[in-house]
Amino acid sequence: MSASTAMFPLRMSRWPWLLLGAIIVAAVIIPLLAGEQIADFGAALQPPGAGHLAGTDHSGYDLLVRTAEGLRVSLLIAVVCALAATALGLAIGVGAALVGGWVDAVVMRLVDGFNALPHLVVGIVIAAMWRGAPLAIVASIALTHWPAVARVVRAELLAVAEAGWVETAQLAGASRGFIARRHLIPAVTGQALVAMIVLLPHAVWHESTLSFLGVGLSPDRASLGTLLSEARGDILSGAWWTLAVPAAALIATALTFAAVGTLARRRHQPPVGRVW
Amino acid sequence: MGAVVEPRRVDALSAPATLDRPAVESVGWTPRSRGRAAARLLAVRTAVAVPLTVAISAAMFAVASLSPFDPLAAYLGANYQFATESQRAAMRVAYDTEMPWYQAWWQWIGGLLHGDLGWSSTQSQPVSTVLAERMPFTLGLSGAALLTATVVALLLGCLAGMRRGGVLDRVCTGLSVALAAVPPFVVSLVLVIVVAVSLRWLPVSGAAAPGADYTPAGVVQHAILPWLALSVSMVPWLLLTTRAAVVESVDSDAVRGARSRGVHGWALLRGHIAPVSVLPTLALLGTRLPELIGGAAIVETVFGWPGMAAVLVESAAALDFPLLAALTVGAAAAVLAGSALSDAAAVAIDPRIAMVA
Repeated sequence: MSASTAMFPLRMSRWPWLLLGAIIVAAVIIPLLAGEQIADFGAALQPPGAGHLAGTDHSGYDLLVRTAEGLRVSLLIAVVCALAATALGLAIGVGAALVGGWVDAVVMRLVDGFNALPHLVVGIVIAAMWRGAPLAIVASIALTHWPAVARVVRAELLAVAEAGWVETAQLAGASRGFIARRHLIPAVTGQALVAMIVLLPHAVWHESTLSFLGVGLSPDRASLGTLLSEARGDILSGAWWTLAVPAAALIATALTFAAVGTLARRRHQPPVGRVW
Repeated sequence: MGAVVEPRRVDALSAPATLDRPAVESVGWTPRSRGRAAARLLAVRTAVAVPLTVAISAAMFAVASLSPFDPLAAYLGANYQFATESQRAAMRVAYDTEMPWYQAWWQWIGGLLHGDLGWSSTQSQPVSTVLAERMPFTLGLSGAALLTATVVALLLGCLAGMRRGGVLDRVCTGLSVALAAVPPFVVSLVLVIVVAVSLRWLPVSGAAAPGADYTPAGVVQHAILPWLALSVSMVPWLLLTTRAAVVESVDSDAVRGARSRGVHGWALLRGHIAPVSVLPTLALLGTRLPELIGGAAIVETVFGWPGMAAVLVESAAALDFPLLAALTVGAAAAVLAGSALSDAAAVAIDPRIAMVA
């Protein structure tokens, strides 16, 4: 996504945040308003109309409600994944930069090695072996995406460590741990936050792909990917809305996250190196 | 091994992924010394890649041993519940499923050294046969899509970058940004619904009509949709990267100087812009191999293409170790090779980049 987010044609503004808020509110409110849903096979695969604004799926569920529920699951998983990956990357990046020397060199080689793994293949393997377990999906995404965060955090830390106030603190006799706690780690939280926001659309994308391939969440805990996977059969009978509605939600979410990420990145110019 | 870029005489040259910093003049590097640097980089990467690949294969076996599923259940399918304990025990012995993972891994490595990849339980074929049958389909499809995407992206990227702000630029950039947010499986499904279901122009699944043999014409006809889907999913990133690089070099002093001497059009692009923008972008293609593999996996699954991706999911779910190990290790090795080659190419081509392997 690096090129697309960097190129995102928009000025400093608030609308991506507003849009993100609207998406989250929709994902939370719509299922609440709709109440409990009951499968009605007599109303299966109805096109969008007065009764069902976005039509129904092959079990007769209202597709708008189903998509909102899926969006909620997808967002939740994405946030957990991004948090886990950021925490891991932050810990390893800070650790490597603080210890320095050969440990740093070895850890950064390891980071590169992890980065070289084909993410989706690793994801498929882990998710398929614990099929249907949300923890496996989170683990497979977090384990493949922390290196990006670690690299950004480490680069920023090394830049901050050169700053005058760190030297002053050292001269004043502050211990390594104190400097790290007081000066270094607070300096990189902004950067880590940006890295996390940039990770979010990636996590949404990854989770939906795994679910789409059939190794993700089960249909009773449908995410957007599960809905799209179910749409695969339905579109053959011409039910285009089963594809269009979840796909639109997925694309809108990804674009919004990308726009928010661009805004956040402008505020915190990233250090030398790439986020991915 | 991602690119670790050490800027040469520049304070903040970011990684070559975007090439968004001002160009610097080459600093006394001759093509020969660049070639040597590239060769050294390749040698170091190879030395790192071999143990790394071995470690990845071991990790694969270790992770798989933690899976809660019983591989025997996958082998036996519905018969599992009818098998008696003694039958199950016999099967376990026959399939060696009780073996600890490191022993299984060691056996696999030993077989590998003799050229024996093992027996795939999900495909009921030797793994080497599965690979030989499916590899041409995957390579053909991915190669064709990569080639198409590269040509389209470079062409449009150059045109858009040279006329920044023009109609073509705005259309290309906008479309690319939007398409970059569309997952490949959505692209594939949209193609299915429009071209195959509504228009009934092309077949949706497989590489031949059901029951028919593979014929060149039939395979090509079946390949059109997956090829299109894969190409479309690859173009946006490449186009935006190319455009950014071209825009940056158009703004450089070198190009401004050439313009003032009256060089323009094709000569300007070929002589002054392409060497510093297109070639480095091309050299970066290898670092995108993970995405290409991922995209190919999705597209192959949607279109039922008889490549390697479909069996990847199947073998992982059924704990078909020999096949799974071959696929994951192969993918990791391909990615390592691709990234090493592309970094070496970048070093050899672009005097502004120096890398530590």
